[in-house]
Amino acid sequence: MSQSISEIQEEIIDEFSMFDDWMQRYEYMISLGKSLPLIDENYKTDDYLIKGCQSKVWVHAALEGDQLIFKADSDAIITKGIIAILIRVFSHQKPEDIMEADTSFIDEIGLKEHLSPTRANGLVSMIKQIKLYAIAFRTQLNQ
Amino acid sequence: MNLSSKDIERIRNDFPILNRKVNGSDLVYLDNAATSQTPKQVIDCIVDYYSNYNANIHRGVHSLSQQATEAFEVARKKVQQHFNIAHPEEVIFTSGTTHSINAVASGYAKLLNPGDELIVSALEHHSNIVPWQMACEQSGASLKVIPMDASGALDLKTYESLLSDRTQLVFCNHVSNALGVINPIETIIEKAHAVGAAVLIDGAQAAPHIKADLQALDVDFYTVSAHKLCGPTGIGMLFGKKERLEALPPYQGGGEMIATVSFEKTTYAGLPHKFEAGTPNIAGGIAFGAALDYMNSIGFERIAAYEKQLLELATEKLSIIEGVEIYGTSEEKTAVLSFNIKGLHPYDIGSILDQMGIAVRTGHHCAQPIMDFYQIPGTVRASFSFYNTVDEINRLIAGVIKAKEMLS
Repeated sequence: MSQSISEIQEEIIDEFSMFDDWMQRYEYMISLGKSLPLIDENYKTDDYLIKGCQSKVWVHAALEGDQLIFKADSDAIITKGIIAILIRVFSHQKPEDIMEADTSFIDEIGLKEHLSPTRANGLVSMIKQIKLYAIAFRTQLNQ
Repeated sequence: MNLSSKDIERIRNDFPILNRKVNGSDLVYLDNAATSQTPKQVIDCIVDYYSNYNANIHRGVHSLSQQATEAFEVARKKVQQHFNIAHPEEVIFTSGTTHSINAVASGYAKLLNPGDELIVSALEHHSNIVPWQMACEQSGASLKVIPMDASGALDLKTYESLLSDRTQLVFCNHVSNALGVINPIETIIEKAHAVGAAVLIDGAQAAPHIKADLQALDVDFYTVSAHKLCGPTGIGMLFGKKERLEALPPYQGGGEMIATVSFEKTTYAGLPHKFEAGTPNIAGGIAFGAALDYMNSIGFERIAAYEKQLLELATEKLSIIEGVEIYGTSEEKTAVLSFNIKGLHPYDIGSILDQMGIAVRTGHHCAQPIMDFYQIPGTVRASFSFYNTVDEINRLIAGVIKAKEMLS
């Protein structure tokens, strides 16, 4: 039985609560980025690019059965870590669960500074894109 | 006499914000090219205005209005004197450099014809590219580019070959915001004038470090933003030679910039009001004057000498870190260090520095053509001011080393 989105979010919040300072938090994010399920090189095109002006982030989604599988990559390490966290939460989940998911866990793990819309790593855009994929694939599933 | 460390300590006490902490560490503010910090002398000036004599200017007969008007016009004279401008009406108060350039470009859009040519440098900030692209689109004129080389210098030989009797205007920054390189504007102006072209120099990044003598430069237009030189945001200057400004159609219509208005015909005011439509940023203008007073009380030569020391020290220490690449290696530079670490994204370095309380700028710095030239997504830019210290440079270097360690 696979984990629900909120279970995974709780797990992540627990992991991050172990850290005393920003350095540990960032070191962890950097290491998470190294285990990111990598997008196929063929998909590193403008079509899969999340618009953000500082670093490039590509996200690809595909349906496997009734679950969405996400893969991504970025040219910045911290961004890789952030998208890795998002993929851990949202990948292998049903589109409607993704659509309805709450994202307040990001604040709770101390990544709030990456939530600011002016922080052009596109974290807000990444979440938006993931949810848009979910809407699109849910529609596809229902047809 | 150079600025001593006691002088710097005293200066730092003028800036309340320098005492604050960011993410638990003392703030190290190295983003001065984006905006400078504000000394209490300038803050007090703004508070004084709103507390004691806030009133609309140029229009009222009552005492408050006269007091505010006088203070605003005194500030205009301060700006005039600082830049050695011949007439006070050649000083147009704007909301900053971007506004100033748009005002000139919009005017030229109505005067230019197909076949006319404009020359821009490859080092420009988008504010000195985009308004001109718009003007070309509207008028049918074309834009030519002075190329840059790897050191950040402009290719003057190519510049000369681009000039012709079709050239109407040349525009270039005095100092590059992304690289800190000081451009040879005297030569650029001379060569442009030889073919009858006018020159607009974007002085936004130069004004905090270089006291430009605009009559000596014989430049046609010069733009400045007060917030880069210890003034508030939302105010700046457009200098234009009288005959140039008189020939230019107004930018914004409205009150103040008119002589008479009727539905049949409206006539425009003379300079400077023709380009100062509406109620200006009155407090800003007055504070702009106060900021110039403040910096002149320290002395631009002493500021330049001290900042040069900081730049040399920072460059030396940064260069020995393995993998560091510095952009903008020209001899003539202001205190800006734009760099990358091989294999690492500037965004990552900037984020980690921020966690340590160190404020730098990362990205393309609104100069995408420069980034395209180097084929990089952006740089980390540390830009120093006369209130930064050697200790802060050491913290920057330690931070860069730490970031490199964490990211490798």
